[in-house]
Amino acid sequence: MDPAPFTPPARVTIVAGKGGVGKTTVSAALAYLAARSGLDTLIVEVEGKSGLPALFGRPDPLTYQETVLMAAGASGPGSAPVRARTLTPDDALVEYLEDRGMHRISKRLIATGTLDVVATAVPGIKDILVLGKVKQLEQLSASGAAGAPDFIVVDAPAAGHAVSFLASAYGLLDAAAVGPIRAQAVDVIGLLGDPARCQVMLVTLPEETPVNEAAATAFHLEDRAGVQLAPIVVNGMWPYLDLPADAAAALQADGLDLSPEQVELLVRAADFRRQRQQLQDAQVARLADMLPLPQLRLPFLFTTELGPADVQTLAGVLGRELAAVGTVGTVGTVGTVGEAAGGAGGSVRP
Amino acid sequence: MSALARLAAERQIIICAGPGGVGKTTIAAAIAVQGARLGRRACVVTIDPAKRLADALGLADLTNEAHQVPGAWGPNGELWALMFDTKSTFDDVVVRHAGSEQQAQAILDNRLYRNISGALGGTQEYMAMEKLYELHREGRFDLVVVDTPPTRHALDFLDAPGRLMRFLNNRIFRLLMMPTRASLRAIGVATQMLLRTISKVVGGAIVADAVAFFSAFEGMEQGFRDRAAKVEELLVDGGTAFVVVAAPRRDAVEEALFFADRLMQSSGRVEVLVLNRMFPAFGPVPAGWDPAPGGGAGGAGAGGAGVAALATNLADLDRVASREDQHVAVLTERLPGAPVIRVPFLADDIHDIAGLTEVGRWLFDAGGQPAAPLATS
Repeated sequence: MDPAPFTPPARVTIVAGKGGVGKTTVSAALAYLAARSGLDTLIVEVEGKSGLPALFGRPDPLTYQETVLMAAGASGPGSAPVRARTLTPDDALVEYLEDRGMHRISKRLIATGTLDVVATAVPGIKDILVLGKVKQLEQLSASGAAGAPDFIVVDAPAAGHAVSFLASAYGLLDAAAVGPIRAQAVDVIGLLGDPARCQVMLVTLPEETPVNEAAATAFHLEDRAGVQLAPIVVNGMWPYLDLPADAAAALQADGLDLSPEQVELLVRAADFRRQRQQLQDAQVARLADMLPLPQLRLPFLFTTELGPADVQTLAGVLGRELAAVGTVGTVGTVGTVGEAAGGAGGSVRP
Repeated sequence: MSALARLAAERQIIICAGPGGVGKTTIAAAIAVQGARLGRRACVVTIDPAKRLADALGLADLTNEAHQVPGAWGPNGELWALMFDTKSTFDDVVVRHAGSEQQAQAILDNRLYRNISGALGGTQEYMAMEKLYELHREGRFDLVVVDTPPTRHALDFLDAPGRLMRFLNNRIFRLLMMPTRASLRAIGVATQMLLRTISKVVGGAIVADAVAFFSAFEGMEQGFRDRAAKVEELLVDGGTAFVVVAAPRRDAVEEALFFADRLMQSSGRVEVLVLNRMFPAFGPVPAGWDPAPGGGAGGAGAGGAGVAALATNLADLDRVASREDQHVAVLTERLPGAPVIRVPFLADDIHDIAGLTEVGRWLFDAGGQPAAPLATS
């Protein structure tokens, strides 16, 4: 199968969504897709704990230092590496102060609990430090410096928090902060407001509450963080099966040697699957009504533990879905795009 | 009657803990409904219910006060619901502990204080427990069911009282409030440099706000500390039960186990484990069938592709079921004392009392062993 060419939506793609919808899996698939197209990719994990290494078959947890999760050439000839690192607020603060020659103070700020007081007095300061560091990485990428990534994927905090995370810069400007932190906030707003530099890819599931929350988050992000939304990922779509309407009759016609109990189970299982398919169809339609963003649908994988092979599978589907909805970056805003859920092909659609 | 039904009948407090996105709010509300059906005065404290459930519970207007939910409850049974609000709970606590109206007002007006609810990790968790203590102390209810905040890190929930106390006792800022000459001696060169740096990076107003906050707070710490100790006592009281709610997903199971381990350490017990949103089990594909197209199933007969699809479906569902069984096995192995109650995946979100009663059938009647396979609603 010929992989679809991948054009990154922006230098930085922030993957956001409610907990448990598969944000980290989507981040991994997106990074895999980019690396396969020759883009040196860095995944930034902001919550400090992550199942990301396991998705690439690596046992060790991520650290503040970059680790290679997938070597160059591993996803095909000419493919680039996928690297990953954590970027927690405490780490970002220490680095911020160290960069300014205040190494000893940074340790003391944390040890004495003074950081908590400052962070409470200036809500959003921790988020600004993290986003400021992301911006620094993005600038490094833009400059084409040696060892700088071509593409940065940020695995964002869970949904509700993602809005305050990304809106922190505006909040800080309102809070009349001064000096270097204010400058950071202005820089972060510059990054978030430029669709060529940064976009947010929301992830949701084809279920009622995740759909509602995704729509609410999308509007909040646009209103409060002024950020461009990439197509939305609907994860965990059960692959569509064309089940016979009358399962019992089909089984009988087939002449297979099945007990009445086995027939009964097959019929009930088919009913369940049909219901599940109708439910997810209804939910993606509802999502399209609520949120005029193109949808990228990823299949539910029936495996126990997702691993590198599954990431590869999902990256393949993601690439085809992205190609089908057209070039990302010309997506527009949730307020203006009328065309939703384009007719992209794929196994997850009826 | 399930183990959870006994808790709903006998305990004064039930705390539903677990990772976000597993349906904790629904389970908590269903337990309170059960309490009311048993003729108890039950109150559910929710954090952030989905809109339709909030409407069903009469919580459309955000409020920190309990509202009565009408319904056909047991004799003397009542159902109340309360949408917990961190800020107003904290305000109440400040007013209660303040030595004077002026002291309370000085704190309530302080900019640092106004940010605490939203910005200091653990505050929401601690205030939820504070509200619980207050409701329990008032004695208006026989049963209070609490839906815990969707913490990002399970630790926030159990460490919350300690974290808040550490914050309120911040040594550096307390030193700053001492009489000038003493403070100059007490504050070392390093601390002075620290404060100068903070002023430089975020502005002197921030430091001034902080100093004003800690000054206004002077004299209230003991009251806070005593209260925190009582809240912690209540959590380990025999009338309090912890119910861990999880979903059969790897991340949710891991987080639930982490919660459970911590609860075992602090309170010595987890009474019940609820596994919500389980998929039905239909059993394996009959022997001799190959679900792949062109395989044995339907290969020769008239059923064709349709029969192959039926077999594929059964194989898919069997893989999901065995995956979920593995999760259940891990949980029962790690939590041998806690019965596991399984609740099926329901097609629609629960949004009314009838729905909560339906969930209650799985929670309370089945004794944790629902007859498989389960049907969706």
